[in-house]
Amino acid sequence: MAKSKKIPAGRRDFLKSVAAGAAALAAPVAALPATPAPPAEEPLSRSLPLLPPDIESDPPPEPEVLNIGRSGSDFMVDILKSLGIEYVCSVAGSSFRALHESVINYGGNSNPEFISCCHEESSVAMSHGYAKIEGKPLCIFAHGTVGLQHASMAIYNAYCDRVPVYIVIGNNLDATKRDSAYGEWAHSVQDAAAMVRDYVKWDDTPISLTHFGESAVRAYKIAMTPPMAPVLLVADSELQEKPIPEDAALHIPKYTPAAVPQGDSGSVAEAARLLVQAQNPLIVVDRYARTQKAVDLLVELAETLQAPVIDQAGRMNFPTHHPLNQSSRRGAVVANADVIMGLEATDFWSALNTMHDQVNRTSRPIMKSDAKLISITMGDLYTKANYQDFYRFVSVDLAMAADPEATLPSLIEETKRQLTADRKQALQARGTKLAAAHQAALEQARNDAMYAWDASPISTGRLCAEIWAQIKDEDWSLVSILRHFSWWPLRLWPFDKQYQYIGTQGGGGIGYNAPASVGAALANRKHGRFSVSIQDDGDLLFAPAVLWTAAHHRIPLLSVMHNNRAYHEEMMHVQRMANRHNRGIDRAHIGTAFEDPTMDFAKIAEGMGVYAEGPITDPNELAAALKRAVAVVKRGEPALLDVVTQPR
Amino acid sequence: MTRLIRPAAVALCATALLGGSARIQMATAAQEGKSSTAPAGNAENGKQLFMKNGCYQCHGREGQGSVVTGPRIAPDPLPFEVISGYIRKPTGEMPPYTEKVLSDKDLADIYAYLQSRPHPPTAKAAPLLK
Repeated sequence: MAKSKKIPAGRRDFLKSVAAGAAALAAPVAALPATPAPPAEEPLSRSLPLLPPDIESDPPPEPEVLNIGRSGSDFMVDILKSLGIEYVCSVAGSSFRALHESVINYGGNSNPEFISCCHEESSVAMSHGYAKIEGKPLCIFAHGTVGLQHASMAIYNAYCDRVPVYIVIGNNLDATKRDSAYGEWAHSVQDAAAMVRDYVKWDDTPISLTHFGESAVRAYKIAMTPPMAPVLLVADSELQEKPIPEDAALHIPKYTPAAVPQGDSGSVAEAARLLVQAQNPLIVVDRYARTQKAVDLLVELAETLQAPVIDQAGRMNFPTHHPLNQSSRRGAVVANADVIMGLEATDFWSALNTMHDQVNRTSRPIMKSDAKLISITMGDLYTKANYQDFYRFVSVDLAMAADPEATLPSLIEETKRQLTADRKQALQARGTKLAAAHQAALEQARNDAMYAWDASPISTGRLCAEIWAQIKDEDWSLVSILRHFSWWPLRLWPFDKQYQYIGTQGGGGIGYNAPASVGAALANRKHGRFSVSIQDDGDLLFAPAVLWTAAHHRIPLLSVMHNNRAYHEEMMHVQRMANRHNRGIDRAHIGTAFEDPTMDFAKIAEGMGVYAEGPITDPNELAAALKRAVAVVKRGEPALLDVVTQPR
Repeated sequence: MTRLIRPAAVALCATALLGGSARIQMATAAQEGKSSTAPAGNAENGKQLFMKNGCYQCHGREGQGSVVTGPRIAPDPLPFEVISGYIRKPTGEMPPYTEKVLSDKDLADIYAYLQSRPHPPTAKAAPLLK
């Protein structure tokens, strides 16, 4: 067997030569060059080569090349610039060292700027949070193997949350070029995207720069077309590092955003008819609003119909203090509704039913059995099989596989056209009742917040009120999940701008909140907004070094710890099981509580270069501490307050 | 915090419903003529039991409740018979506490603790909420 051959050309040329060789093999024997008869003593294997001579034999010595001009990675950076990508979040890695260097030198480390991360999960979650503020992705660089494995859970979160994430991973596909000294064998993979293919919308492994250019723009377009989702490109190391041939005719493909589908006119007219004729229509929204325009359109539709809105809080969809916001009255308004329309209602079923978590899990509908259901969702156009984030099937009466934001203008127009004067009068009476119920619910929330006002550990209602008092005059943006915080801000604060709340992690994967809040704050920085996050303790423990990233890059963010010193929901789950088995719950803290010793998050943050105070256990110390932290953030730096809190 | 959560879709409104429904179910039972006579209990011991038995996990250390996990149960708890009946045989999301894991005496002490919780100031007295 002949020795392996060093191929001086790029991988593209190598592939071409292999193809040529394969073609020669496939040709009839008569077409092969005549082979002289071997001497009798020569081994048979040398007289009948399995591959053409140009493949089998060693190449001529390759002259050492020490310097080159532009390399493929420079072109890749040109592509990223053409897409308007502002940042690259990355943990440095050898399989994309050329891309790294091209960003910081060839690209001038500006648009994109390299953001130093300490965990690939943080890189992706930062992108997740950034995209929900900015409406577009930044870029992530990662190793094709170990880096992508670290990133995987965060990619899944973004996929479930319908958020565009743009990932470029390095790989060494050509086995003859892998250097064991750099660990390149273990860092190489045949099909790098395979492990995340279930939860990315598209991936590709380009084998030429022209191919990379087209796939890079295609990937961006796919990620940005609703339903938005992560995409992944594999940038082969050799493709990154080889010089761009002088005669290369490279060009950057043009990116044109795709217009998204609207509901057809017949369906829109029928939806309007059902809503106008309904005695008690209801609108349910979850991941609906991508822009402020979407919020404004929903307000217009709700006011036109005087219809209540339930915001399932996947985004900031509808102003919290609007009289038609009935989110805290779900049971009453669902039970009363005769027409219910879901707009990107990801889990529409759970808005209309309850599930009972006892030994035998049972469910029951809340809605009337004859209520008509309408859905407008892009989810009908894109569903995968393996991961089950599509939720329980809902039998709707009218389904539009369309983008709700794009459909609402025509739905509003048609609704107004169908409304008669008599009908408008009836709607106003309905609206008056709903406004009164909204006001009562708001007063109830304010009264509820007063319970345990002076308690230590500090009540979540008190903490929410204290934060509000310090940020209410800022152009604020709440960049954290709220479920574990009893949803207090959505109950008490007046949200009316789309960027004021970014929803949840999507897939329920913990470790999202800290990096996503830093990413969202990075996006808010250029707009001069004040970013605030209510940070769960357990979440921060997954990858706390994102605090260093915030400090290093001067990302202004106020993180207020909701430090209940436990994986508290898990503690409740264990308690439920112990109760079920009649065993008492005095051991439910095992494996769930952060005690003996407790953790000092202020010291952790200080160790990362972040201004921090705490642990704060006296509610009367909150105001002053918050004032000091707000001042730090307004100087353009991150700050963290460790507040020891009630469980929920 | 949690690693496995119910989706946001359930979140704000559903949990509000669940928390509210438990209190409504208990209140309904109270209206059905049950007495409100509570046995004597030790509030200080009740506080320890309230924590030890994990009542605080869903209802807060002061019994203030949460729209996510469980309704407010203090101050002014519902009648003892209603609460004790519900704890033994809940009809909502609450896990059951049988006499094997929580005696009637312990229950009486916990009830005394709930009764001892101070009333909060009114929201109007709290400028932070404006």
